[in-house]
Amino acid sequence: MNFALATLLSGGGGAVNDGPLAAGIKNFANWLTEPTRYSVSSILAIAAVFYFRKFFSKVWVITVFFALATGLFVFAFQDPNFNAIITKPDNVPIIILFATVIFFSWLSLRRAVINDERTKRGEPTLEGELSKQKVFTWPDLVYIELICLVLFTAALLVWSIMITAPIEEPAATARTPNPSKAPWYFLGLQELLVYFDPWIAGVLLPSFIIVGLCAIPYLDTNPKGNGYYTFDERPFAVVFFWVGFVLFWVSFVILGTFLRGPNWSFFGPFEFWDLHKLEPMVNVDLSTYFWVELLGKPRPDEPLVREAPGIIALLGYFLVLPPLVGKTLMKKMVAEMGMVRFNVFMHLFLWFVLIPIKMGLRWTVNLKYFIGMPEFFFNV
Amino acid sequence: MQKLLNYVRESQVWKSIFRHGYPDTPRNRTLAVLSNVFLHLHPVKVRRSGIRLSYTWCMGGLTFFLFLILTLTGLLLMFYYRPTAEKAYEDIFALREHVPIGVMREMHRWGAHLMVITVWLHMYRVFLTGSYKPPREFNWNVGVILLVLTLLLSFTGYLLPWDQLAVWAITVGTNMARATPFLGHEGPGAALLSFGGIDFIHAGDDVRFGLLSGRFVGEGALLRFYVLHCVGFPLIAATLMAVHFWRVRKDGGISGPL
Ligand code: HEM
Repeated sequence: MNFALATLLSGGGGAVNDGPLAAGIKNFANWLTEPTRYSVSSILAIAAVFYFRKFFSKVWVITVFFALATGLFVFAFQDPNFNAIITKPDNVPIIILFATVIFFSWLSLRRAVINDERTKRGEPTLEGELSKQKVFTWPDLVYIELICLVLFTAALLVWSIMITAPIEEPAATARTPNPSKAPWYFLGLQELLVYFDPWIAGVLLPSFIIVGLCAIPYLDTNPKGNGYYTFDERPFAVVFFWVGFVLFWVSFVILGTFLRGPNWSFFGPFEFWDLHKLEPMVNVDLSTYFWVELLGKPRPDEPLVREAPGIIALLGYFLVLPPLVGKTLMKKMVAEMGMVRFNVFMHLFLWFVLIPIKMGLRWTVNLKYFIGMPEFFFNV
Repeated sequence: MQKLLNYVRESQVWKSIFRHGYPDTPRNRTLAVLSNVFLHLHPVKVRRSGIRLSYTWCMGGLTFFLFLILTLTGLLLMFYYRPTAEKAYEDIFALREHVPIGVMREMHRWGAHLMVITVWLHMYRVFLTGSYKPPREFNWNVGVILLVLTLLLSFTGYLLPWDQLAVWAITVGTNMARATPFLGHEGPGAALLSFGGIDFIHAGDDVRFGLLSGRFVGEGALLRFYVLHCVGFPLIAATLMAVHFWRVRKDGGISGPL
């Protein structure tokens, strides 16, 4: 941050005459945010946060984090490419999203760490201590609500006066803008279009998200952690939601907003959105790997035969794997949940896990489809 | 001054509205909540743990408040907006250019963005406090529907300015529907639904056509989205919010350790 401030003060920002250090930081940021590294490093970051949660839940840690983030932001703001994206009025909410999600994740983690320590010492949780007392709605609750409401309205008003809502050129169905982006809250799904066909990324997965959310209360049979923050008493649930919500949903919204440019190509935060940046498409179907590379034959013409390896792999994944682990590794879980819950859970969970699996295979071996049957629009 | 206040408080008009004295005694505080239809959403007494900002983050409350702001500002915008391909853009443009310090459109747009964020954070907090566990399973489900409705409200509203951003974002979004299995003309299985060489599912009758009332985002889609945005979804959302709040109370108030 010192450095960021120093550059700022010396007026050393801007793309043209970057000092070596500024250029280094920018190049590093561009390098680190490339989708593969972005995803892998965020998974590592989440793992580290949970593992060292005592450390990360300290007040000074989050203070330093936000100070650093602000410093970096001020530094980055001088860069014309970064500036061009960040100052779009419709992107202001994404910054709010970023800041609030991080802050509240931290807050919940902090309360969980405190509660877990209290429980270990045999004391009641923070919530437990207070829940025995009852207070009058008027004035205690009504005043809190009123104050929230007034401050919030004031903030919204100031924002509305300062930033005018944008309007672009009139609609023209013949002129497609590049990039064409869905509304920001769906950008996580649009990001998945890189890895899956629309019928999965745009139809199946959203349906499973909704069904899965609805099913959560009926699948989670752990009676603990009801009405207070905790990590130790429900580690799987908490980690699962962090990965699903913070990593896959929110962070892909941020990725989609700031780092995806024309043709949905990736652009680092300090990179110019070049219309002609082309990423080579070298992706290969599983069937090609199997028939051509492994057996050294041409691919059979009959689609079902051609795609047999992928079909068998996916059937095994969805149909054989659940009973298999249910009888062995997850025996205890089946006993606790019952067959129906277990199977519903496994099915949803395997879809969830298929996302990182497919991403990983795309990055490592350029896998295009497990099953590629464009004849029937059936590509997985 | 005190006299005047007392006079007002003793008047028949005042007494007809407020059927209790100043809420500084337990009796009057109880009455203040019980005799007001809006405050009556709350119980008379609440657990201290449930009202801490560090516990609820106030996100459910803010979501509801944003819904109210959006209803109000949206109502005002409806006075000046005509949902036709010729007029829609013009009207929005006029709101921007001809209204000095106009903030209605801004409050509506930024508020709508914020509402999506607050719903997500609300869900996040409900999950992290395990508040979906019995007895609140059903209310979590009502919440999930409210979440979907919030997104749909925002999505339908996105089209209304009728500028490039709007039309193409909705095009990208609804293109997905083309790929719906069986029901979209580019979806897996749709080709199976044909009889004697005649396709039942084609670009002119699949789900996307139904969403847009056309093969592309045109005037039919604008009207359809407008009606859903201004009438359909808000009505459903308001009804479900009533259910949601009712259930929060019936399930024992804001969750807390048992
Ligand atoms: C339009 C959207 C919504 C509104 C206006 C709303 C409003 C509220 C309010 C005011 C509360 C009281 C406690 C608090 O503020 O945290 C509440 C509680 C609750 N909400 Fe929502 N909510 C919405 C969406 C959701 C969603 C998306 C979910 C979950 C998927 C959800 C699940 C719940 C549950 C389970 C409770 C009870 C929590 C407890 O007792 O601690 N709600 N909601």
